[in-house]
Amino acid sequence: MVYLYLLATLLFVVGIKRLTSVKTCRQGNRISELGMLVAIVAVLAISGDGANWWIIVAGLLVGAGAGAYIARITKTTQMPEMVAALNGFGGVASALVAMAFLLIDPLLKDPDRSLIDTGLVNAISTPATILIGMVTLTGSFVAYFKLAGKKMAHPLSGAQRHMLHAALALGAIALGTWQVLTGSHTAMTVATILLALVAAALGVFLVMPIGGADMPVVVSLLNSYSGIAGAAAGFVINNPLLVVVGALVGTSGLILTQIMCKAMNRSLGNVLLGGMGEETVAKDAKDYKSIKSTTPEEVAMLLDGASSCIFVPGYGLAVAQAQHVVRELADLLQKRGCQVRYAIHPVAGRMPGHMNVLLAESDVPYDQLWEMDRINSDFKNTDVVIVVGANDVVNPAAREQTGPIAGMPILDVDQARTVVVIKRSLAPGYAGIKNPLFDLDNCLMVFLDAKEALEGMVKEVKDLK
Amino acid sequence: MDSTFLLIFTFAIASLLGFELINKVPPTLHTPLMSGSNAISGITVVGALLCARSGEGLLSQLLAFLAIVFATINVVGGYVVTDRMLAAFKKKGKEK
Repeated sequence: MVYLYLLATLLFVVGIKRLTSVKTCRQGNRISELGMLVAIVAVLAISGDGANWWIIVAGLLVGAGAGAYIARITKTTQMPEMVAALNGFGGVASALVAMAFLLIDPLLKDPDRSLIDTGLVNAISTPATILIGMVTLTGSFVAYFKLAGKKMAHPLSGAQRHMLHAALALGAIALGTWQVLTGSHTAMTVATILLALVAAALGVFLVMPIGGADMPVVVSLLNSYSGIAGAAAGFVINNPLLVVVGALVGTSGLILTQIMCKAMNRSLGNVLLGGMGEETVAKDAKDYKSIKSTTPEEVAMLLDGASSCIFVPGYGLAVAQAQHVVRELADLLQKRGCQVRYAIHPVAGRMPGHMNVLLAESDVPYDQLWEMDRINSDFKNTDVVIVVGANDVVNPAAREQTGPIAGMPILDVDQARTVVVIKRSLAPGYAGIKNPLFDLDNCLMVFLDAKEALEGMVKEVKDLK
Repeated sequence: MDSTFLLIFTFAIASLLGFELINKVPPTLHTPLMSGSNAISGITVVGALLCARSGEGLLSQLLAFLAIVFATINVVGGYVVTDRMLAAFKKKGKEK
């Protein structure tokens, strides 16, 4: 029966591996689902004796029902924040496992024993699991709200903020040490509860100051944390399957986090300290000097004479559910002999790859999706660039030496002959700063909802003859 | 060799394996991969199931029940969301 643990682990490894290639990704997810099924069957088969089946069956049913329901009602645009929320649930589950085991551990039934008597590694793993699990829970939910577009400002700033974080971290370590060493079970319970609360507060305050644009990196990192929390819980209850799979998810999450940081040309430390993150709320439209507004009709005339066109999709396109209309317009232009491509910024949308998922949904051919590095040198030879609901990823302010998004790689849309920006207003983007692109001579603004604007263009282009 | 050492040993090897597993991922798959591995991190459901012992106190039973519920939400929700993301790619495969 224990060999089922090995089988489950192998299925997870193969599953993750297959998830990294477009051809095999669906199969990979199926294999990993199978791995989870084997893992659950294995643990029930091995430890079925003395199990409380009522709790097990009820828990699995409630969890599976709620999970499937939440996942089904989620819109494609909301998937990034949903991943964040689900990740929080995983984190708190690990913390609960560590807490429950304090009451179950046969050794601790003896009132004279303290946690340290269970062995150093197991003893340290208990507060570690609670700490990481609770930070994952509250951090993930702050990330969830931020991805959903809610603003949350940190109550403190500068040195005071770092002191608060340091105090909470030190407090957590002190409480963890107390929990491990104390001889009194009452003290251990108090330490456990306080540790959970302090860790929860730490998770909130750590993620709060990080700006919305950096949230994908944070979610990826928290995903890695929940893996590590799982592995730590494995040490608490002495279960090899939990240790192995938790470690796998923990480290692969770290690698993915690193890849994302690279895409944004930022170091992880920079992100976590909230360098870019400061939610500096931009000043309003009065900041702009020469905004030129236009209509879908005029854009259609512009497209009439264009031999090349690049679409730059952003989160606005996703929110407006305009991915199908954009494809319709692209097809029309292509029929008229215009070269059409899509420029995909590494963090377009709310997560790397989010935009690819959305465009794939409306059957945009792969060969029209161009990554930033491949297409950037082509903008200067392009007649019309249409930016649909993207802002920060085309903000030339990133080329400045200083500023909140300095150094972030951007799409060089300003070099095209004409840039059309479809945007509902001049409101700042996710990073919360002004975009000098809108002031340029070759930039035209269409102040409409993305779908409305694109539908207008489709109609007008059809009318062209 | 004692069991704690073996656990640390497997932890180290599994960590290395995790590092090597995904060094190359097309950007298209970053979000599905994150979501898929998020579902796998619900493996902590195994720990939760192990905590649901009969004959234990009410509090530990309650904690175990909550742990099973939350971990299962993570697992099932994670897999369904990932599947929905990947469904977009399958349609493409058929066309080719």
